[in-house]
Amino acid sequence: MAEPLLDVRNLKIGATVYPPGEPPEDITIVHGVSFTLEKGKVLGLIGESGAGKSTIGLSSMAFGRGGVRITGGEVFVNGRDILKLDHGGLRKLRGDEVTYVAQSAAASFNPAKTLMEQVIETCLLHGLCDRAEAEKRAVTFFRKLGLPNPETFGNRYPHQVSGGQLQRAMTAMALCPKPDLVVFDEPTTALDVTTQIDVLAAIKEAIRDTGVAALYITHDLAVVAQVADHIMVLRHGKKVEYGTTKQIIEDPHEDYTKALVSVRSIEHEEKRPTPAPVLKIENVTARYRGTNFDVLKNISVDLHPGQTLAVVGESGSGKSTLARVITGLLPPSAGRITFAGRELSREQTARKRDDLRELQMIYQMADVAMNPRHTVGTIIGRPLEFYFGLKGDAKKKRIQELLDEIEMGKGFIDRYPAELSGGQKQRVCIARALAAKPKMIICDEVTSALDPLVADGILKLLLNLQKIEHVAYLFITHDLATVKAIADSIAVMYRGQVVRYGSKSDVLAPPFDDYTDLLLSSVPEMRLGWLEEVIAHRKMESAGN
Amino acid sequence: MHPLLKLVIQRLALGFLLLLVVSAVIFLGVEALPGDTAQAILGQSATPQALANLREQMGLNDPPLTRYFDWLGGVMTGDLGKSLTNGADIAQAIGQRLGNTLFLAACAAVISVPLALILGLIAARYAGKWPDKVISAITLTTISLPEFVAAYFVIYLLTQVIPLFQPVAMVFPGMSFGAKLHAVALPVIVLVMVVLAHMMRMTRAAILNVMQSAYIETAELKGVRPMQIIWRHAFPNAIAPIVSVVVLNLAYLVVGVVVVEVVFGYNALGQFLVDHVTKRDLPVVQAVGLVFAGVYIMLNILADVIAIFANPRLRHPK
Repeated sequence: MAEPLLDVRNLKIGATVYPPGEPPEDITIVHGVSFTLEKGKVLGLIGESGAGKSTIGLSSMAFGRGGVRITGGEVFVNGRDILKLDHGGLRKLRGDEVTYVAQSAAASFNPAKTLMEQVIETCLLHGLCDRAEAEKRAVTFFRKLGLPNPETFGNRYPHQVSGGQLQRAMTAMALCPKPDLVVFDEPTTALDVTTQIDVLAAIKEAIRDTGVAALYITHDLAVVAQVADHIMVLRHGKKVEYGTTKQIIEDPHEDYTKALVSVRSIEHEEKRPTPAPVLKIENVTARYRGTNFDVLKNISVDLHPGQTLAVVGESGSGKSTLARVITGLLPPSAGRITFAGRELSREQTARKRDDLRELQMIYQMADVAMNPRHTVGTIIGRPLEFYFGLKGDAKKKRIQELLDEIEMGKGFIDRYPAELSGGQKQRVCIARALAAKPKMIICDEVTSALDPLVADGILKLLLNLQKIEHVAYLFITHDLATVKAIADSIAVMYRGQVVRYGSKSDVLAPPFDDYTDLLLSSVPEMRLGWLEEVIAHRKMESAGN
Repeated sequence: MHPLLKLVIQRLALGFLLLLVVSAVIFLGVEALPGDTAQAILGQSATPQALANLREQMGLNDPPLTRYFDWLGGVMTGDLGKSLTNGADIAQAIGQRLGNTLFLAACAAVISVPLALILGLIAARYAGKWPDKVISAITLTTISLPEFVAAYFVIYLLTQVIPLFQPVAMVFPGMSFGAKLHAVALPVIVLVMVVLAHMMRMTRAAILNVMQSAYIETAELKGVRPMQIIWRHAFPNAIAPIVSVVVLNLAYLVVGVVVVEVVFGYNALGQFLVDHVTKRDLPVVQAVGLVFAGVYIMLNILADVIAIFANPRLRHPK
């Protein structure tokens, strides 16, 4: 057997963490992981956040992010131990032999330089070829990756192109120096499903055509199943299972892998509409100040008490704008919003306290939605004081009840947000919304930033709370699997309009309109060959391209 | 019209408006001083009749608004009025000294700005290591010394210990450029010492702030050298905060260096202003105040415009 391109032996990675109020502590992130990767093959690294997959990926470039450092083991690239390289050797390795594609291309491109400048930078600085040759290569890759106007695309600045295009440009940047190995770190996670599929197909084709080897890091098993030859499942910095893609998907051995393969275990019985909806939106049209373009056009939907209305669509379709209109942050230019039997004033500032109390919100980014200097108790206690005037023991008792409801127990009352996991933070935000005893909660992409298993737990909690508290959810999401799991009715939005609206069973039953079909068919399925099938059968392009 | 041009024109118009407001504030401030100009000129022993005549002659009996617009109209046409003490044309007197002020400021800026940027980049590159600490220690020391202490120290060192320069920085018309440079060397050294630290520390902080960005990690993973990362990737994104501090220091070099002028006997605007404040020569004080305000506003507009041009989102709209 030929010598492998990448040979990782008993890799150990550690970091120093600084827990608030406690002395610094050395922790181990990766506990002795070994694997090899042959030339031209693709290995998928999969696991939840904290599993160490990005850390392992970066170790193939001998790089530790933040305070992370490699504490043991060996990493061979093309036969030499890269952990023993000096600075100059490392610079040659990074860029010449191994390159990197980050999750957020938008943040990973320098805003002050043109895309072309950045794509060919490695080639020029490392003296791999001259400028003319490098630019020719870049244009070839732009074309191969399906970027618009490949000849002139490189003259643009990062802010001038879309997120999906930036992700492709970053792939072009990684391929331009003709490396032996590319590390893809969640390259499609931040994209809409409809855009993800195009980028995924482009990456797969580029990998196949250039014969480069790749480490493909993701938390989405269905995605990695489309591109990888082998898959390694990681958990808590340890290897759980390693096998061919086919074996992992069709015949997983370990329980954890089985759980990943069969995630989404939620059963939800669809409820029938009631005669009196809690929220009635009629013919609402809205635009942002200073623009002459309606971001919402003639929207009419109902939400019934104790039920869930899912609003789906890709980014830019107007989902979050709808939430801003309902909460009064963006007054609509036409239409009526009726909430709990009374008409809501258009401006948030003109609304009565009860209207504010009964209509709560939970956000996508739980960590920025909480004051980092407040304890969990203060955060949940604030609406109790503000709306109900609770103080002292009564307040404390209610906070504990709420903590019990979100399955977190009273031990958390004095903790700070920084001490909580992503799922726990979102639970605290849920408790804060519930504290106001709302009739309705707007959930804006509340599970999008979470790992699948954690997101599953949050969804189960939300459904459970709905049963107990009889609260209605307006659930904004781009994830159709979530919609299937929790919705009673669905509104599909596309470019500011509701293109399909009805009960879940009606909306998800054929015949579909073209857009709903595109949306539904873009949800990655956990089987081999799905990507090619769906690309071959598409009827329309996503709006995000 | 290109949106950038529009922004720049907006800034210029705003700067002009601001200058008008400042002129009104200066006029009001001088107006609010106790006593009056005629009394100041004629002294305590003046007869009431002489005072009344002089007031009439100088237009002091007109309502303040009329006098303000008379003054403003004069300023617009380049006529700053006559000095009360010697009757000289103020515009001419200021012109020559402003030239000296700008010459000294320019010499100090040409050395201190590039030096501060380079030291800031080096300090950022070796943040927390010895070059950073040495640079920080030296610049902190020089900024902590009062200007006159630094000045006397420099005079002692460079005229007594190593006799390279004259302790007095006299320049006069007709001097050759080289001779002028030699004459102002000592005050320039002192001014560089004073303004260096502020600009250097801002450069360092702005660069280190940008160094947290994801695109810096990208550059690192592309195998770019550390100094090139700072120069090519961090610096272009740190220009706006650096420029605003550089400009504040440039403005200081023009309007705030009276102590250094006095120590070195350098005949420039700061000393001129202080002289005429003590003589209660109000037209001169007003005029110099307006010139200083103009310099401040202009330099800050310049900083704004540079920051606008440094922002790719404004330079290349979608």
